[in-house]
Amino acid sequence: MEIILLLIFLPVVGAAIVGLLGKLELAKTVAFIWSLFSLGLTAYLLSEFDPGAGTQFTVDYPWFLSMGSRFNVGIDGISMILVLLTNGLIPLIILASFNHEYKNPGAFYGLILFMQTGLLLVFTALDAFLFYVGWEAALIPIYFICAIWGGPNRIKVNIKFFIYTVAGSLIMLVGMIYMAQQTADKTYDLQSFYQASLSAGAQSWVFLAFFLAFAIKMPVFPFHTWQPDTYTEAPTTGTMLLSGIMLKMGIYGAIRWLIPVAPLGFAHWGPTVLVLSIIGIVYASIIAFTQKDVKRLVAYSSIGHVGLIAAGIFVWNLNGLQGAMIQMISHGVNVVGMFFILDIIIRRLDTRDTDKMGGIAKSAPTFAIGFLIVLLGTVALPLTNGFIGEFLLLMGVYNYNIYAAAIAGLTIIFGAVYMLRMYQRVMLGDANEATLAFRDINANEKVVLFIICGLVILIGIYPNPILNISEPAAKSLIDLVNGKIGNVSSF
Amino acid sequence: MFTHLVWLIPLLPLIGFLINGLGRNVLPKSAVGFIGSVMVLLSFIVSIGIFTELNDSAVKSVVYPLFDWIQVGDLKISFSFQVDPLSSLMLLIVTGIGFLIHVYSIGYMHHDSGFAKFFAYLNLFVFFMLLLVLGSNYVVMFIGWEGVGLCSYLLIGFWYSNPSYASAAKKAFVMNRIGDLGFLIGIFLIFSMFKSLEFSTVFSQAANLAPNNNIIVLITILLFIGATGKSAQIPLFTWLPDAMAGPTPVSALIHAATMVTAGIYMIARSNILFTLAPFTLNIISIIGIATALLAATIAITQTDIKKVLAYSTVSQLGYMFLGLGVGAYTGAFFHVITHAFFKALLFLGAGSVIHAVSNEQDMRSMGGLRSKLKITYATMLIGTIAISGIPPFAGFFSKDEILAHAYEHNKLLWVLGVVGAMFTAFYMFRMLFLTFSGKFRGTKEQEEHLHESPGSMTFPLIVLAILSIVGGFIGVPEVLHGNHWLARFLEPVFYASSTKVHETAVLDHNTEYVLMAVSVIGAVMAAIIAYVRYSKNGHVPVPDTADRGALANLSYNKYYIDELYDFVIAKPLNLLSGFFYRIVDKTLIDGIVNGFGKVASEASKGLRLLQTGNIGFYIFMMIAGIVALLAYGFLNI
Amino acid sequence: MESVIQSIQGVPLNHYILFSAIIFTIGVIGVLIRRNAIVIFMSVELMLNAVNLLLTAFSAYRGDASGQVFVFFIMALAAAEVAVGLAIIVMIYRNTNSTDINVLNRLKW
Repeated sequence: MEIILLLIFLPVVGAAIVGLLGKLELAKTVAFIWSLFSLGLTAYLLSEFDPGAGTQFTVDYPWFLSMGSRFNVGIDGISMILVLLTNGLIPLIILASFNHEYKNPGAFYGLILFMQTGLLLVFTALDAFLFYVGWEAALIPIYFICAIWGGPNRIKVNIKFFIYTVAGSLIMLVGMIYMAQQTADKTYDLQSFYQASLSAGAQSWVFLAFFLAFAIKMPVFPFHTWQPDTYTEAPTTGTMLLSGIMLKMGIYGAIRWLIPVAPLGFAHWGPTVLVLSIIGIVYASIIAFTQKDVKRLVAYSSIGHVGLIAAGIFVWNLNGLQGAMIQMISHGVNVVGMFFILDIIIRRLDTRDTDKMGGIAKSAPTFAIGFLIVLLGTVALPLTNGFIGEFLLLMGVYNYNIYAAAIAGLTIIFGAVYMLRMYQRVMLGDANEATLAFRDINANEKVVLFIICGLVILIGIYPNPILNISEPAAKSLIDLVNGKIGNVSSF
Repeated sequence: MFTHLVWLIPLLPLIGFLINGLGRNVLPKSAVGFIGSVMVLLSFIVSIGIFTELNDSAVKSVVYPLFDWIQVGDLKISFSFQVDPLSSLMLLIVTGIGFLIHVYSIGYMHHDSGFAKFFAYLNLFVFFMLLLVLGSNYVVMFIGWEGVGLCSYLLIGFWYSNPSYASAAKKAFVMNRIGDLGFLIGIFLIFSMFKSLEFSTVFSQAANLAPNNNIIVLITILLFIGATGKSAQIPLFTWLPDAMAGPTPVSALIHAATMVTAGIYMIARSNILFTLAPFTLNIISIIGIATALLAATIAITQTDIKKVLAYSTVSQLGYMFLGLGVGAYTGAFFHVITHAFFKALLFLGAGSVIHAVSNEQDMRSMGGLRSKLKITYATMLIGTIAISGIPPFAGFFSKDEILAHAYEHNKLLWVLGVVGAMFTAFYMFRMLFLTFSGKFRGTKEQEEHLHESPGSMTFPLIVLAILSIVGGFIGVPEVLHGNHWLARFLEPVFYASSTKVHETAVLDHNTEYVLMAVSVIGAVMAAIIAYVRYSKNGHVPVPDTADRGALANLSYNKYYIDELYDFVIAKPLNLLSGFFYRIVDKTLIDGIVNGFGKVASEASKGLRLLQTGNIGFYIFMMIAGIVALLAYGFLNI
Repeated sequence: MESVIQSIQGVPLNHYILFSAIIFTIGVIGVLIRRNAIVIFMSVELMLNAVNLLLTAFSAYRGDASGQVFVFFIMALAAAEVAVGLAIIVMIYRNTNSTDINVLNRLKW
């Protein structure tokens, strides 16, 4: 048995088992333990992993041969980071949901584990068709999670989310089919995609087709309008999955399937996309200033942060790419932490409106400290995880253009403004009747918050192990693209 | 020996922070205060050891690497410390004054419920400040730089239940962040130019460059923007007066003695870059003197004792920047040291007063405290004389050095500097007389409660008062038959800069005597005017409701700069936020997205009208279709 | 059998085509202008039989029996269709007391 198959399909087996438990409360415990198996397996993989050795643990089985698609998976440094993120965050997200009584927990946690397999397929696939299958397989469970366990407005919001995302991915599928026709051996193989020689014009179209899917998923301005509504309406666990892991599919896709597949298209559209990303940073941050719904505020802040990651990718240099890698982990940890914190507040106060909050710090000092640490990670204070990522990303953008860096850097100021404003409105100031009775966090919440805060600080102090995982892979990917662009024109 | 223990210096306060932070609900107050203070004291002892070692040693700069922090491609940022004359002196200030203020806080914060939290924050601040000072590259410095901003935020908002205090904390953090962005981009520029962020590498390469390099000018301007944020210069100075919302020891430590001088420290550290950019130096001197005067003119009408001191700090920081701008790096750093002594003293004294009068800060409700608070009065008097620049107290020497360099550079700067110094003397003596002379103007209860502060509070006052008296003697200029120990000690740090500047005519001794005489006489006269007005005539500032003159009103309301920023920046941004959210996001972009859905559903609404349900019509359409198909077929054949 | 073919071929093919076309057109017009479901039904049968006639004629003229085989199939089909169609009409009549197709306009938006 190949270990990577075990890694990918272990969660789906767990999903079946958990699903069978139906309405038993036991389901969440089983799901949690099962996700720990995956995490342990990831740790084992990590210990076996050699960053310098390219793609490892590869498995290549014939699949839809007549179509030119094989079941071809493997892990290189970039994939490793995302596998680590997925398998690290899912146990945490499940643990964070322990305070919720979701009806029909078997189905709920089964869907989460099913989604995990989809995500892992996306992050390890070396075949475009397989990538697409994983891409959609991850979407289906999250749709049901949001549509069944979400807020009152969930159906309408979810249809928009679903159709929007599917529209993007169908266009990507068209692009993939076109690419497969253009490869030398008429296959969906990643390397064949990389080696296909298309005219600059054709690459432009392929770039757009792929970009649309990834831009919607991330989301990049102006394809973001599904996101605040969905984050707000989804159950908190769903929001964590969406923001913590799922949006990284778009970023990963851009790194693996967009820029190297259509380098000339990237050369043509890259600057435009960069401008969009930077607009997104400023735009979303400014919107976040006046949001009174805490979930919506964090949703917009997430658009801003992802905009910076996108900018770091689309400048396509080592600093930017490495910054994106570590920021994906940091953003995952921070945004899950942030939504967990908001969930605690919302569950206790039964409102998302900041006007009805205030003074919580007084009644819940431990909670206030945890909130503050996560917040500091989000605003990228040095010695927290956010700083490493934003520093490298901004440096990457700076290497491309100093003005772009100056504008993208506004996130440092704006982030402080809206986050501290929220903290002040929620935690500081005078308490009202509801917040006066605010219970401090219980043991489960303490554990989750402690893990998150620990990660925030640990990654901030010693980021090198993570950076080392992805550096060789990032370097070779950059060389590949620059070589191809350089052959045709000087970019 | 001690140099190898340099990692202990920041580590000890960090340990203190962790112990006090984690044990805040368990530890008794005495233990908390003891741990907090002793950790800083130990750091101070190590700092003294390092200082004496460095003084005796021939090697004037030691880099002590700890571990590799960030490593991406050719970007290698190591977590490492640098010990040299500049950082060793700054270490002494931070840990020494830090220790005194910790001791003071034991008394001052004794009744506060957040006692342990307060000490944890203070320790954390000292930790970050030491990182800032010790960092051997710009990024480690930046850690400390942002870290102290965080602690400043936490401590200003220490009493966060008061919404305006929480807002002041937020304002301080955000304004600092504006500067930090400039600093950060400056760091990127430095890296792309020198391929390194280590001070030693950058400065040794820069020493070989010709002046007026455009990139260097840009780098220095960006670094200076960073400094304006942290050191409260125009245009980012408005946070510092608001920062007085924090407990008074915080104001003394963070917002007077240490953190706010970080900008000066950073520029002094990067002096070679700035020397290569005369253009930036001119800007710095202009901003410096403008800030000094602006803040001084605001200070003369303020009635809150801490606000007076806050604006005084802004003004003195302006002097330091003036010193940097005219190339008097030693003078500026000298003023950092002396200012740390007397301003910490004045703030702690003010704290002692506030403590005595039951948390009243308005000087209109004070007065006549001289007899009740003897030690506080005596020490604050010393501080006031020192800040006014009256010899032989500390402030005189440092301020004089800056002014002398300003005179060499540009006579107008000197004139403005002297005017500012007169303002300084005036508002400081005004504060002193309003507080201590005349009759007590507060309530009866407050009067009965008046008392001298406990020993833990007066002890730091006395130490600082002694330092304010003798602190100036480390830099007695040659003209006064001194040998300026400080300049010689710091020479290795500023050596490269001094070789770049072609010394213009050095002032002859007579000119220097005249300059000193003018500034001293000016200060004394201002003090006398303040005495006559506020002590002899017993003038008291009018209540808020009364009319002032137009000028006084402008000054009292801080030139309406806060309102201006609010109107020009904050309000438009909030409006923009609403506009983006409601119009652009919800209506325009979402409108287009939903438009796709609408087009589909509208089209179906139109097309379904064809389904009339009338069978005859269906059949007719069917036959018409067949005929049309046939016709099409015939025509095409 | 020969004589049948010969007698059919005695009439020129054009006449058959013309005749079928006329019957078919009568059927179409009947479907279009009449409202009674039964009459429409009969008109549909008329069209069907016009086609049958044509098939038979061509079959005879070309000497190919498969045309006539088709006709048998169509007739069988038509019988089935009549059975179902009339049943529907009877049901409609029972429900609406009328066989006017304008009553049957419920199948719309």
